[in-house]
Amino acid sequence: MPKVDLERVRPYGDTLDDGKVQLAFSLPLRYGPEAKEAARQLAMKMGFEDVDVVSAHDLGGPFTFFVVYGKCVHSVDVTQLHIPKVEVEQMDYFQINDFIRDKLGRKITVVAACTGSDAHTVGIDAIINMKGYAGEYGLERYPWFRAYNLGAQVPNETLVARAIETGADAILVSQIVTQKNVHIANLTRLVDLVEAEGIRDDVLLICGGPRISHELALELGFDAGFGPGTLPSHVAAYIAQELVRKEHRTSARLTEER
Amino acid sequence: MKLNLDTDKIARCRECASDIADEVMKGVERVTTTAIERTVLRLVGVDGVDSAGVPLPNVLVDMLREAGRLGDGAACHMGRAVAATGLSPQAIADKAAAGELDFASFDDVEDDRARAVLEDAIEASLARIEANAAKRCELIEKLDPGTEPLIYVIVATGNIYEDVGQAQSAARSGADIIAVIRSTAQSLLDYVPYGATTEGFGGTFATQENFRIMRKALDEVSLETGRYIRLVNYCSGLCMPEIAAMGAMERLDMMLNDSMYGILFRDINMKRTFADQHFSRMLNAYAGITINTGEDNYLTTSDAYEEAHIVLASQFINEALAYRSGLPDEQIGLGHAFEIDPATTNGFLYEVAQAQMARDIFPNKPLKYMPPTKYMTGDIFKGYLMNGMFNLAGVMTGQSIQLLGMLTEAVHTPHIHDRYLAIRNAKYVFNNARNLGEEITFKRGGIVESRAQQVLNEATTTLEQVRKTGLMAAIEDGVFAGISRTPDGGRGLDGVVERNPEYWNPFAEEIPARLTRGGRCSSCRK
Repeated sequence: MPKVDLERVRPYGDTLDDGKVQLAFSLPLRYGPEAKEAARQLAMKMGFEDVDVVSAHDLGGPFTFFVVYGKCVHSVDVTQLHIPKVEVEQMDYFQINDFIRDKLGRKITVVAACTGSDAHTVGIDAIINMKGYAGEYGLERYPWFRAYNLGAQVPNETLVARAIETGADAILVSQIVTQKNVHIANLTRLVDLVEAEGIRDDVLLICGGPRISHELALELGFDAGFGPGTLPSHVAAYIAQELVRKEHRTSARLTEER
Repeated sequence: MKLNLDTDKIARCRECASDIADEVMKGVERVTTTAIERTVLRLVGVDGVDSAGVPLPNVLVDMLREAGRLGDGAACHMGRAVAATGLSPQAIADKAAAGELDFASFDDVEDDRARAVLEDAIEASLARIEANAAKRCELIEKLDPGTEPLIYVIVATGNIYEDVGQAQSAARSGADIIAVIRSTAQSLLDYVPYGATTEGFGGTFATQENFRIMRKALDEVSLETGRYIRLVNYCSGLCMPEIAAMGAMERLDMMLNDSMYGILFRDINMKRTFADQHFSRMLNAYAGITINTGEDNYLTTSDAYEEAHIVLASQFINEALAYRSGLPDEQIGLGHAFEIDPATTNGFLYEVAQAQMARDIFPNKPLKYMPPTKYMTGDIFKGYLMNGMFNLAGVMTGQSIQLLGMLTEAVHTPHIHDRYLAIRNAKYVFNNARNLGEEITFKRGGIVESRAQQVLNEATTTLEQVRKTGLMAAIEDGVFAGISRTPDGGRGLDGVVERNPEYWNPFAEEIPARLTRGGRCSSCRK
């Protein structure tokens, strides 16, 4: 295979740099030749060449659905990308528990919830509940974690109050509903509240959900964000390692001050 | 029966569920709730909001509760007020809200008179509901009723007018049933929002006006397509019976209505929920509305293979409680789901086992089959295939209501073409494998049959244990979905009051009497 030019990366169909992209979208137009032509022109405006409307479907009434192929003329310079990533060394259930016992020597307390109006606990349950997800145990099962899953539709205030009450090391928030960016406002309020309570330095603030990235989490003032495909051990390893790093930083600072 | 299930065990499950339901009913019959009394007021003609936007049924019920009079029943006080003032229930509500009348103060009126003056309003309300049921039957008879599994899709834009366009498009593409999903957290509101709404999160507010707008739109598209398009909403949460009444008045066809869902998954108080669901189901029964129970939720929060018996146990309990509200078999849509981890070897066989088992055990009920959601990741291509497998399981096991999976589950609320693609998927699979189920027999003692028998055995054990402790204690023990709720915990307990000896709810008296009177048709009794 020819060498990829990392300064000019383009989509790959079956030949390097062919730029081939498949698109699917609807237009609020009645099915017909005009609708197809509108879809073709729209794809050209998106930056595609050799646009081919391979399939058009009448959705009933004034709507048509299209499947379109085109050649993307744009490219990306991958050498210039800087993506924040959660700094974590992967460990399994046993390694994480041993690590906490050896390096921290105490149990880690986490409180977790689906906050605001969000009623979808599938994500937080996968990470926290005993049973876990995809063959991995959840944090409740970890002997070196004390995990509280507060469930769905928990007000931010309640979550923060429980964090203070339990002396939590970490707060985990799951947000599944993202329509009209309702999760952004909700997550931002939690950060404000944690700061107002004066416990921001005492807890790791972590969010997760299908539309959450680490970058977004940092932008909102969280310590870490976990997206789709996250397993309980990813979150557990991050919390354990970050708390150890934090303790080191604190003891280093204390030594300096002395 | 296609699976050689142990019929003694099925009978034992029904017996246990019946005892469990009787025990629950003892509690239900002692109390009323703010939601039930608001419903009674709506049914005698109270609608609208006060100057602060508070629904008038809430205003009146709060007055009674503050006066410590709610245990008489709101109808009792409304009857007295009508007798004393000569005004209509709506006029009384308007005046009370404006501070011109003290709703709880007409104590001089004799009970007989108070009851007699409300007779016309009660009869008009019941007649309206009955006319809706008859209208539905007439339309179904005139138009194509659809072929099972009926295709059920969700619209959820937040804007009722936007929903209308999407619903009509879905119907034209082949959907039989349209559910307007509610704005998240509406189940926790202790009032029903008023009027047409255009702002919601993850769904559209359930309001009577929104019901009316969507009903009208679906009637239009029913006539256009020649198929009766059914409308669904959510009869759950703190306003369960009020939503039932609104649905009955606006001719909804189905209601999500589970006996335990709110308790477990919304932390609504169990006494409140059991009382509310009983009355709401009575209204659904009378309106010819098919309830859809929510057993699928157990499988999204717990493992779908390990917790299958909890689904079955809950179906038996939902059935027993539904019978106690007068719902006939044809209106009891029991829920279950296709949620086993797709990485499981022979997972499809287990899905078929569970779906066929439900069909064998509940032969006359419209089973509601829910699609994969838990293992949908945003990989839309795999998701589309999983939905195809789900559709195959649905058609081959004779499911009645197939809630179609969306390839973009876990990404966003469905886009217009997501729904279209889901309908094409279902129509292709249903048509291509239409009579597959009739051709199949399952191997005696094979994987499918053994699995079904195992689930039935485990459900029997669970139900026997629940009968021993009572349902409330079982919920407290975390038997269902591993979630523990206490009898005095959860939202809405402050809306539960003991009935006084003279308690009067004319609809809870009249509807059961009329339901037992029956008729040729189980849903409109004509």
